[in-house]
Amino acid sequence: MTTEAATLDLPVAQGDEDRYRLRLGPQHPATHGVLRVDLELDGETILDCVPQVGYLHRGFEKLAEHRTYAQNLVLTDRLDYIAAMANNVGYCEAVEKLLAIEVPERAQFLRVMVCEMSRISSHLLWLATHALDIGAMTVFLYCFREREVLLELFAELCGARLTTTYTRLGGVRQDVSHAIMMKLERFVDAFPACIEEYETLIDTNRIWLKRTIGVGRVSAEKAVDLCLTGASLRGSGVDYDIRKHRPYAAYDQMEFEIPLGETGDTYARYRCRMEELRQSNYILKQCIEKLPPGPILGSDAPDLVMPAKPGRKVEVETPARSDLIKLIEDRDVYMEGDVYVATEVPKGELGFYFISDSMGRPYRMHIRSPSFLHIGALASLGRGVMIADLIAIIGTLDVVLGECDR
Amino acid sequence: MEPIRIAEEIEKKFPCSVLGICEHKGQVSVVVDRSDIVAMCQFLKSGHKMNHLNCLCGVDNLTRKGKYIERFEVIYQLYSIENHISLRLKAQIRDSAHPIIDSITSLWTGADWLERETYDLVGIMFNNHPNLKRILTPEDWQGHPLRKDYVLRGDTEWQGLEELKEKSRKLRRFDFHSAHVKQGAASDDD
Repeated sequence: MTTEAATLDLPVAQGDEDRYRLRLGPQHPATHGVLRVDLELDGETILDCVPQVGYLHRGFEKLAEHRTYAQNLVLTDRLDYIAAMANNVGYCEAVEKLLAIEVPERAQFLRVMVCEMSRISSHLLWLATHALDIGAMTVFLYCFREREVLLELFAELCGARLTTTYTRLGGVRQDVSHAIMMKLERFVDAFPACIEEYETLIDTNRIWLKRTIGVGRVSAEKAVDLCLTGASLRGSGVDYDIRKHRPYAAYDQMEFEIPLGETGDTYARYRCRMEELRQSNYILKQCIEKLPPGPILGSDAPDLVMPAKPGRKVEVETPARSDLIKLIEDRDVYMEGDVYVATEVPKGELGFYFISDSMGRPYRMHIRSPSFLHIGALASLGRGVMIADLIAIIGTLDVVLGECDR
Repeated sequence: MEPIRIAEEIEKKFPCSVLGICEHKGQVSVVVDRSDIVAMCQFLKSGHKMNHLNCLCGVDNLTRKGKYIERFEVIYQLYSIENHISLRLKAQIRDSAHPIIDSITSLWTGADWLERETYDLVGIMFNNHPNLKRILTPEDWQGHPLRKDYVLRGDTEWQGLEELKEKSRKLRRFDFHSAHVKQGAASDDD
């Protein structure tokens, strides 16, 4: 990348009128957030493509070092803000491994349930915006119709549509009501027909096929080399899904398949994600059937100290920051060490690497976010294609900048 | 093959640079010196099919309570998609004034951005990296935020801030409201 990156700082050679520079973004609707791509073009062909990120950098990793494990949970909502549930689960799985906290079975099933709900809602948003970028407006409206149902369910479950903070260390925050389960069951029954509906809109659409088949082709070796994960990797035929490879929560009790693509182009990744929608729906169905009774929070879950209720005379003041830290510090299971735990979020592999030095807060928290690596791969995928195809490639990699910039 | 066996194999193959093997919560890490890191990753990638680079990050151990060897280390988390095995390498960097380590971008193109991020946030340099520039913070940012001695509070501000304030002051001088009122008054007279 050195030579290519350097060329963008130098002026264009005189007399070469076809060569010019374009800064795509950071406010461009097709870049899915604040992504800037510096392009050098020859006519409409991209000679060089340099993605620039960092516009949404909020320093989560630094911030996390100054907050307790329980407090850091809210930061994960703001990573991939369209699949916050999956991030919550990923964070809690990692901390529970570090602190050796047991999670009751019902909570594990509920985690799988919300994970798959967020996978469906994330994939629906991906399909909606991806199709919109390519020029199919109707799909957008159809997808948002179903996504709305899921977001309403999230709101009913935990009070928020996007920033959910639903899980807790050692379980989940709220149990599901009968009404929620009934609504979810209705959704699960109706959803397969909806997927078919989306497919009738674009599967036999000549424009869609021309814009996706053969575009952004990645071979299996190349995809592994670029550290792609999730459907972007499986579209190239590499069988890597953490839900199967290293099952977490209750995924080992679920029956599902991992759809694989063959050609590794935009169309293959589209097919993979459409199949994943069906599989997620199937997992949701099993969750509803198998959901076991029992507690939703483990007995050894670290306590969250809440301020007293407003109506009552307050005798105990809101606990000081140091007390919150102490609550976790007192646990004898709390020890030195480091863990890396990854979960399969809708975008790919979300990993948390923790180093603990037994102080009640992470000494170091590294977030391995799939979008960061996917945007990194854009430099090599975007070279030599047309501008319009670059837009399709950004869409097919399914990136979200909140997660990339952290 | 068990991860611990692979770790022992590395120790046999690179006896001078392996400093220790530890297991925590079922995850095996090999603590190594920085010198042979590329050869070691190459050995794991081709010899044990550890083809997936999960994670690469830098750590500053300045204020760490507990055992550590050097101030700076780089963590490599590798995974074999075929054999379902993961292994962690912790490369220790001796020189804490100018931390530098060889880049593994020749093995994984994806490591490019991960190493740039490590350079940007922790300030560890990478030899033979094609484009080692800041990535998440602005180009004129000073210091490396994830270092433990990074100043969080103080009187000094980011240099670019003054420039930015000056720019906004200049923009504020153009008074949209009074310009509009004047124009309106002129039309009333007509």
